[in-house]
This record gives sequence, structure tokens and C-alpha cells, in this order.
Amino acid sequence: MESVIANIAQIVALCRKEIIALLKDPANRVILIGPALIQSMLFGYAATFDLKQVPYAVLDQSHSAASTKFLAKLDGTGIFQREATLTNANQIAHVIEEGRVLMAVSIPADFAERLASNRQAPVQVILDGRNSTTAGAAAGYINSVTAGFNRERGAAAPVTVVRRAWFNPNLDSRWQIMPAMVATLSMLQTLLLAALSVAREREQGTFDQLLVTPLTPLQILVGKAVPSVLVGVLQSTIVLLIVRFWFEIPMAGSLWLFYLGLFGFTGASVGIGMSISALSLNMQQAMLYTFLVIMPFTLLSGLITPVRNMPEVLQILTYANPLRFGVDLVRRVYLEGAGLFDVAHDFVPLVVVAALTLPLAAWLFRHRLA
Amino acid sequence: MTEARSSVVIEELCKRFDGPDGEPFAAVNGISLTIEPGTLTAFVGPDGAGKTTLMRMMAGLLQPDSGSLHVLGIDLNEDPQAVQNRISYMPQRFGLYEDLSVQENLDLYADLHGVPQDVRQERFARLLHMTDLARFTDRPAGKLSGGMKQKLGLACTLVRVPDLLLLDEPSVGVDPLSRRDLWEIIEQLIEDEGLSVIVSTTYMDEAGRCDHVFVLNRGTLLAEGTPDALRRRAHGLTYMVTPRDGVPARDLQARLIDAPDLVVDAVPAGGQVHFIRQPESDETRLKDLLSDCEPQRREEELEDAFMLLLHQHDAPDEDATTPPPLASQDVAGPAAEHGDGPVIFVRDLVRRFGDFTAVANTSFDVQRGEIFGLLGPNGAGKTTTFRMLCGLLPASSGELQVAGVNLRTARSAARARIGYVAQKFALYSNLSVYENLDFFGGAYGLRGSKRRKRVDEIIQQFDLDPSAQSGNLPLGYKQRLAMAAGLLHEPEILFLDEPTSGIDPLARRAFWRTITALSQAGVTVVVTTHFMEEAEYCDRIAIQDAGRLLAIGTPRQVREESGLDGGHMNEAFIAIVEKARAEEGQAREAA
Amino acid sequence: MNESAFLTRLIALIRKETRQMLRDRSNLLVGLLLPVGLILLFGYGLSFDVKDAPVAVVMESNSAAAREAVSGLEGSRYLLPVRTTSMRDAEKMLRSGRVDAIVRVPIDFAQAQARGDPRIQLILNGIDSTTASSLEAYVNGALGTVALRRMDRGTGAPASTGTVDIQQRIWFNEAGISTWYLVPGLVVLIMTLVGAFLTSLLIAREWERGTLEALFVTPVRPLELVLAKLVPYLVIGLIELTICVVAARVLFEVPIRGSLVAILLTSTAYLIVSLLLGLFISGATRNQFAASQMALLTSFMPAMMLSGFVFDLRNVPLVVEIIGQVVPATHFMGVIKTLFLAGTNWAMVAKSCAIMLGYALLLLFLTWRTVRKTLD
Repeated sequence: MESVIANIAQIVALCRKEIIALLKDPANRVILIGPALIQSMLFGYAATFDLKQVPYAVLDQSHSAASTKFLAKLDGTGIFQREATLTNANQIAHVIEEGRVLMAVSIPADFAERLASNRQAPVQVILDGRNSTTAGAAAGYINSVTAGFNRERGAAAPVTVVRRAWFNPNLDSRWQIMPAMVATLSMLQTLLLAALSVAREREQGTFDQLLVTPLTPLQILVGKAVPSVLVGVLQSTIVLLIVRFWFEIPMAGSLWLFYLGLFGFTGASVGIGMSISALSLNMQQAMLYTFLVIMPFTLLSGLITPVRNMPEVLQILTYANPLRFGVDLVRRVYLEGAGLFDVAHDFVPLVVVAALTLPLAAWLFRHRLA
Repeated sequence: MTEARSSVVIEELCKRFDGPDGEPFAAVNGISLTIEPGTLTAFVGPDGAGKTTLMRMMAGLLQPDSGSLHVLGIDLNEDPQAVQNRISYMPQRFGLYEDLSVQENLDLYADLHGVPQDVRQERFARLLHMTDLARFTDRPAGKLSGGMKQKLGLACTLVRVPDLLLLDEPSVGVDPLSRRDLWEIIEQLIEDEGLSVIVSTTYMDEAGRCDHVFVLNRGTLLAEGTPDALRRRAHGLTYMVTPRDGVPARDLQARLIDAPDLVVDAVPAGGQVHFIRQPESDETRLKDLLSDCEPQRREEELEDAFMLLLHQHDAPDEDATTPPPLASQDVAGPAAEHGDGPVIFVRDLVRRFGDFTAVANTSFDVQRGEIFGLLGPNGAGKTTTFRMLCGLLPASSGELQVAGVNLRTARSAARARIGYVAQKFALYSNLSVYENLDFFGGAYGLRGSKRRKRVDEIIQQFDLDPSAQSGNLPLGYKQRLAMAAGLLHEPEILFLDEPTSGIDPLARRAFWRTITALSQAGVTVVVTTHFMEEAEYCDRIAIQDAGRLLAIGTPRQVREESGLDGGHMNEAFIAIVEKARAEEGQAREAA
Repeated sequence: MNESAFLTRLIALIRKETRQMLRDRSNLLVGLLLPVGLILLFGYGLSFDVKDAPVAVVMESNSAAAREAVSGLEGSRYLLPVRTTSMRDAEKMLRSGRVDAIVRVPIDFAQAQARGDPRIQLILNGIDSTTASSLEAYVNGALGTVALRRMDRGTGAPASTGTVDIQQRIWFNEAGISTWYLVPGLVVLIMTLVGAFLTSLLIAREWERGTLEALFVTPVRPLELVLAKLVPYLVIGLIELTICVVAARVLFEVPIRGSLVAILLTSTAYLIVSLLLGLFISGATRNQFAASQMALLTSFMPAMMLSGFVFDLRNVPLVVEIIGQVVPATHFMGVIKTLFLAGTNWAMVAKSCAIMLGYALLLLFLTWRTVRKTLD
């Protein structure tokens, strides 16, 4: 018992030193909070797929009351903004290619005539496909506006699809991205922090001083991992507060499960970071490796594009990516209010990654000294 | 240079920097001097004297805050590039491109200086011959030894004949053999090409070779003159004394140094103690101090004059950066019981890195309570041996025991019995003194009130300011903090790796005074150094070169073995290493 | 004389940089291997295109009308209908992530159709709103075509009035494949990353290793130092560009409709800006660690988030848009997508090159200031 207490006291001394060293430097304090704060604000606004404005051009060859009414309907939505009025079809290519408009609406000369004679009146819509996601969204808008126009003209819809979206009633993409940012933003820095923790001491020569003390590699590992995990969770909390209170995205799940997930996820990230740290001989290498890991982790996590859209092989590879499960976990707990039973399968890969990387790092500490 | 005007004219030059504590301090504070062309001039002074700042200003790399500076008749404020086109400058750390080969480094500098191809070949051949690098032209500069790098740096600055050559501490961290070679090259070039050279140095024997010497301290000019003229300032004050049998020279030296009102400086040398007395010291008190040993006069050296000048200049100042020495009763001895037999036991120790043998078949013992010195040039294997002793590096083969265990494989508790002070300052720079000690106390398993008590105790013993930020301490105090951290847990053995490299002579005296005190308290001390004169403080020394142990014994035995009894340790070292290298060369030829 | 001395020195320095670059394996790793890895990984890994998304179809009514109404789902290559009869089952499947949406045909569907007001309920999982939006469009389309066919056959409610029929065409990317616009964007990201990351260490390294001090006291001029560092990495960057363009064309079958000359021209201009940004960071920080951190924060992250790579700048608030416009990558992103997908638009190329030239001159000046020959 006495030896266990002694053991823990040594680890606590190391943790305390790590935290003091980290917080003492004013620059460090800024780095710990600043980027998380700025990035979550910036991305909260920038990272959105929701089209709020569609600049468009009109080529109205009908010049009729019907066509004017149709266009008024478009303009009335507040989403479509008429940027250009064209006089002939050759101009379409120019305005689209330049990027001035996202969409060109071309109304043929017989538009009014066909409507009057109870026939279908085709309207041509040309979309800029250089961002096909945006183009798809714009197409969706104009289709629904047109359906409304037709209904007003007394046309019975062939079938009405009544949409209801669970967990995100307006299908706001910010709701999709921001809770995931709680995990993503903190991962960037915890990984780096853990990766640099030993590399920095090695470069500054203090690691030798640490190794000649009675601390065992396991104690060093735990002493260094715990502060990194705490910092990671602290950063997550900052982002969480912004998501909840600045962007006002309602939280459906339980806070304790959310934090349990964060601890699991951060633990796995720190394990990877510590392994990198033990592998690299100096800070430069640690930076490089961290970088090589962070990029695929972020882009292949389901944060931006869904994991299901990837080829099979890549989907299997992402089991090694803690962020994939971290993102899934926080999203589901936050938006869906999922219970422990619902997300238990997300914990498995996280625990496996942590269970593999942490002992690996401890072993590497001792064996990468020569 | 056809005109016979001065190479350098400096008037009332000042340069201030922001110190680590945010307070500005004057690195160069109103210096005026003139240097004649065609001479070899030395700037000497301790750390922080302003030598490097002065050199950099002459090279046009720093803007003076006030005063005027003309080099080769050109005002540096107006056209630094014109000066840079005509001078050559070798900074303290000559930045060779380590991934480029020797030849490529030379080519680069020749191209930059616009040396024509035909002149170049002849020049290269001559430089490579002089530096003995001709065999290594294809080797990357990073794979050269420290001494060879320094020679290559010199060769790169000399790809053409400059109108003025500036050398900033060219021999710092270089072993005695390479140092000797470097100076031979410089002197030969002066003779052959009539170079004007300005060199800064902390070695007085180097300053003694110059035509004119400027002594600097804390940004001001203390004295100038020929080496002979300067030396005479210490005339009549220099003595040597032989301690009674059984008393180590360092104990007597410690006693002398503890009486600053009587003695300016004292060092052990060849079993004796050389000292400088204060000009107006009291005869009878001095006699008491020497406890009946009869001092003899000795001829004054440049170093004596230098120490005298520094002490006179530093005396009135209270906040000197050099810590005062510690007295022996302040230092706690090891907590553990004393046993018998050697405390360190090394047999046939070998360490290889790939196909390179860093340490070959090394055997030695260290007795309890000894001060044991490991000496050798850079790359001799000192640090590798040392790291194996501390358990930081596994041995390739051989037997190794420290305090009865092999630290590499021993339980971590065994490591609590040693203290370790790394070569570079290896504590956490952004933590305060107290936080550092508190952490290491915790790491060594001290807890609660016991830890607080011990930390307070050691802070008092070592006269440290607990709230000061470690990274901002002057070098001497950093050294002291590192030792305090290494001694927190009252270890049996203290390991010190190159503790005095980069520290000025005054701080080194203070450091060794502390070591003497520790030894008197019963701590075994193992220390590496490349300052040969520091061997004089040790009970026994071992000399290493190219991984092999060449000599081991008391300093006197080693001197005798070299065949130069009574000579300087430096020469003894050179003789031993050269003899060993020659033998190896013969053996290789025979094979 | 003066000019030839300048050239001699510049060539000597370029030779030095090239040798250093070739001998440092980590440089080549970052410079050549990383881009190949990135374009493969992300070219295949990043896609917004929903394919075979499982959709639960709850048939509460088993009438012929109901069966016909959802028959369109079977034929869609985007959707994979999973039939079930109980809404509770379907909800469970949606919660556990086994399906992405529920299509529910209510029990009175046939009667409602007869009344002329047939309704089908669509429930989406909003956690992934991007996928949800795409699914909505696909389900609408699939259900709509069946209904229209019925009307054409005259079995549905007669068209009592003329309707507007939207005939949409997506230019430049007819099939709406997201890879087509993501891959040219990746080219920008890779060139940003590699450009800034490689060069951000160069000057800082020389400060840290102390190699500049000796170099300063030679006839060398600051501008020569900067230019010499630019040239070898420009070559590496162009090799990367070639790899990326070939991969885009061959592996991901992205059309290259613009002229290769225009692509080369704009890319070179952007590459120079990207490299100079790295050099400037390097010279300003004089510290490799800080420099690589800065490079990451100031070049890569904005290029990914703010340049219009995936997130359209049209959707963001004005302040964010202005920040986006300051990022050089934004201007390159627009042109490179156009050149790949639309064709050569020389006016756009010229504008982009002019902007890049402005950035390049500004950064060159700033970098030059950071290597003034002084240690102050």
C-alpha cells in the first residue's frame, strides 16, 4: 500500500510539473485557448453547406405576365438574387464561367402560350457545376419554388413528400459540423502536445535528467499523458460552450456520457501522440509525424464527407482513426441524445487504440534512447 | 592596403540589449581603441565581457547604439557591405553546412567571394594541406570531429586573403591538440601573407602569442598593451606553495580561495598550489593561512595579471554574475551507509554505434569519496562512457557496476543513489528554482513536509533565489541549481558531465570550490572535462582518446607517464595522445 | 562585372540549396511522397456523392397504388430500399444508423390518391445534414418520376392546368460528381501545404544552426539568399503539380478542359506565392518550431476552410468572406477549378496571375526585410 502511494505521489509530482510548465508561459496559455476559440468561431460561420444566396441570371424571351410572375416568385424567396438580365443565349456561358452567377434561368418565347394552353412549359436552368454540392442545393431550391408556383396555378401535385428531419429539423449543416468540432479541434492540439512532450525534453536535454531519477517509464508515461488528456478535455469544453451558447445548438444528450466519450477519445489521441513522441528524436520529427497523421485523421473522419462514401478499403483503414469514432460519438450524443448502449460500439475502437499505443509508447521510451 | 592607416578605429562605442529580465544592459559600454594594420590582436575577457558583441559590430552585423566605428577606413554605419566585401569573419559557432561536403563548403565560400578559378585551386590545396583535411574532401562537414569542423570553418573564411580577419573565440570547446593546430595555421598565414588578425579568446596562453592584448570586462576596456607589459602588472604578487604530505592540493587551494582579502586567486598545479596574494595583504595572517607551508615566489604569467585585473574590477560590484563559493560545512554528505571497496567498477566496457566503436575495452574503478576525472578531446568517448555509467545507454558488452548495481537494468530505486548533472543546463527553464527543485524532490520520492524541508534546506545551502526563473539565471547559478537538483536526495555518487565548459575562469573557481566541499563531505564525484588544468583538482584521472583509455592514475602519475614531469597538464595530455596515435599508426602500417 | 558577380553568387547559392534539399531525406519525403499519398488518399476518400444509401420503406398500405408509388426507389442508383411494415422497426433502424432515411407510405395512401392529394412521409437523419439533403433530392426525384409517368399515361389526376417544368443542366460537371471539383481543390491544398511547409523551415534552420552569421560577412546580398531558396523548391513544386494533374486525369478521370499552358502558368504563380509565404514565416520567426506551427495555421487551414475548397464562400457572413478573399488560395482555387472543368478563360487567368504577382512582390519585399544582414 505504502509503495502504491509513493508511486502515485511521484506521478503527481510529474503531472504537476507538466501543468506548471505549460501554464507558466503566457504564450502557451494563448496557444491553448486562442486557436480553439478563433477556429471554432471562424469555422462555425465558414463551414456551412447551406446555400443562403443564389445569384442568378435571367434570359426572359417570353416577356409575358406569366414569366414576370414566375420570376417574381423566385425573387420573393430572398434566396435567389438576380445579378444579370441577359438578352441572348450566348451570354449565358460568359456569366456562368466568370462565376458571377451560380445559375442561369432561361425562359423560352412560348412560355406564356404553353401555360395558357394548359401544356407543360419548360424552363431551362443551367447550373455552375464547379461545386456540384452547391449546384445540387440550388437545383433543389428552384424545384421546390416551381412546385409551389404550379400548386398556386391549381395543379395537383403528383405526390407530396412531407419531410421531417430528426435531430436537426432544418437540416442546418452547422448542426452537423460544430458538435464534431468539439472533438476535432481539441485533437489537433492534444496530439501535438503529446507528440512534443517527450521530444521537447529530449531536445532540451531534460529527458536524461528525468531518466536518471527513480521514475519508471510507465510513471513517466502516465505523468505525461494525464496533463495532455486534461488539456484536451479543457479545449473541448471551450468549443462545447461556444457551440452550445454562441451558436445555440441544442444539446439532446447527457453531459456525463458526452464527457465519457471525450475522455475515451482524447485518451486514444494521446496514446498516438505519445507513440509519435517516443519515436521521434527531435521536435522537428515529432511535428512532421504529427502532421502526417493529423491530415488524414481529419479529412477521413466523417467530419466533412461521410465515411460511408469512401471505398471499402479506406473505410476499414479508418478503424485506426480515433477521430472517426470520436466524431460519431459526440455527434450522436449531442444531437441525437444517444445513450451509452447506443454508442457503446464507438468506444471499442477507441479503447483498442489506447490500449495498443500507450504501452507501445512506454516500451519505446526505454528503447529509443541509443 | 597601401595606406598606412589603422585597421580599426573605435570611439566611445556603446551597444545595449534587453536582458532576460527585461532590463536593458550595456554589452559594450563606451569602448575606444585603435588597432594597427599587420598585427595580431587579442580581445580577452570572461563571459559577458562584450567580446562577441564587439566582433559582430566590427563585422557590420550589429548596429552600435552610439559612438563611431571605422574598419579599414570605412564607416560601418554608412556602408557595412563595403566592409563585408573586404574582411573575413569566423563566428564563434561557425555555421558549416553540415550536409554539404568539405569541398562543397569551400566552393560555396569561394564562389561567394568571387575567387577566380585559377587562384582557387592553388589556394584550396594549400588550405587543405594546412588543415590536414585533404583526405576528407568528400566527407559531409557534419561527420567531422569538433576540431576538424573548426579548422574547416577557418579554411572557409580564408578562401581568399582578406584585408582583415576577425576570429571570435576560434578555440572554444576545441581539444588541446586541435587548438594547437589552429594556432599554427593562423601564425603561418600571418607570416606568409602579412594578415591583420583580431582574435577573441578566454585562453591566456593564446593571448600571450599576440602582439597586442585588450582586456575587457562587462563591456568596458580594463587594460591594453603587449602581453609582456600586461604580465608585469602581477609582478611580485605570484607565489607557489606545496601542501604537507597527505593533504590534497585542492584542500589547501580551497582554504586560500576562502580568504579573498588575502589571496586574489589560487589554483592547484602539479601537486602544488599557485596563488596570487593581494597587494596589501597582511604577512602574518597569510602565514597563518598557509599553516607553516613556505610559499615560494614564481614568475608571473599573463593569466595572473588577468585574474588580478578582473578581481580588482569586480570587487566593488555586489551583483556580479559569478556566485560566491560555498564553504564546506554548508554541504550535506550522502545519507547512505558507507561500505568498502570500489563504488564504481568497470571491466572491458565496449559501446558500438553501427560499425563505429565509441568506447573500446575500457576498465577502471572509482573508490568511495574520490574525485575522479575523465579527460579527453571532443569525441573521445567521454560522454558515451558517462552515459553508460548513469544507465542512460546500454553497453554493447562488458561489465558495469555503480554503487553495486548496473543502473541500466537495476530497479529504479537504485537510481536514487546517484545524482546526475548533464552537460547542458538540463532543468526546466521556464519553471522557477523552487518549482524545479520541488519537482525533482517529488521524482526522487520525497513527499509532503519532508520534501518541503529538504528543498528549503538545499536552497539555503546553495544560496539560491527560490522565485527566480531558472532559464534567466546567470550561467554560474544555473550550474549551481543543476547541482542542487542532483544532490536533493543526498546521493552517494555525483556525476558531472563537462560542468565547466563555457563558464568563465571566475565561475570555474567557484564551481570547483563547491566540488571540493562535496568531496570533503564524503560524496564520490565523477566529472568529465576538456580543461586539462582542471585535472589538478582530481584525485585520479583517466585520459581517453578515440574511445580508448590511454592513461589512468593520479595527476602526478599521468604526468610522469607522459615523460614531462612537472610540466603543464596540457602538454602532458598532448604528449600522451600523440604517442598513442603514433603507436596506432605504426600498428596499422605493420598490419 | 557587377551583374556577373551577382549571377555567380546566385548560382553558387542555388547549387548549395539544391544539394541540401536532395540530401535531406525528410525534405524529399514531404516534397514528393506526401503529395502522392495525399492525392490518392483524399481523391478516393473524399466524396459527397451518396451511393446505395439504405432507406427504410414502410408500407403501411399494401395497395397497388402504394406499391407503384415507391417503385421508383428500386431503380435509383443512389438508394437501396429496405422494406419493412412497422414504423417502430424503421425508427430503430434509423437510430442505430442501419438506414439513413425512412420513406413511409401511410395506410390511406390509395384513398388520398383518389382524392388527388397523395402524401408520402420522408424522415431523414439530420445528424449528417449533407447526406440528408442529398437523400431528400434523390427520394423526391425517384417518387416524382413515377407520379409523372402515371400522369403521362393519363391514369393519374388529369392535368387541369399548364405547369412549369424545370429542365436542369449542370454545366462543367454534368453528372454532378463531387470528385470532379474536390480533386482540383486538392491540387491547391497540396501545393499550399508543401510550398509553405518545406520553405517555412529554410531560413529558420539557418538561423538556428548559425550558418547565416558567417554567410552575412561575405559579399552576398539578402535578395540573392531569398531567390536561391526559391528556385529549387519551385522545381519540386512543379514536379508535384505534374503528379497531381496526371493523377487527376488518369486515376480520378477529372476532365482537363482548359489549356495546360494556362494551368502551368497560374500554378507557377501560386506556387511562388506559397513558397514565399513559407520563406517569410521562416525569416520572421527564426525558429523552426514556431515556423512550422505558423505555416500550418496561416496557410493550410485557411486554404482548406476559407478558400472555397468545399465550403462555398457565397454562404458565409461578410466578415468571413473578406478574410477568405485575403487568402491567396481563394483566388487560385477559382481559376484552377475553371481550368479543369470549364475551359480556358484568359481573363480569369490574367486576373489571377496579376493578384499572385502582387502577393509575390509584397512577400518578396517582406522576406527580404527579414534577412537584412544584421543580428539585431
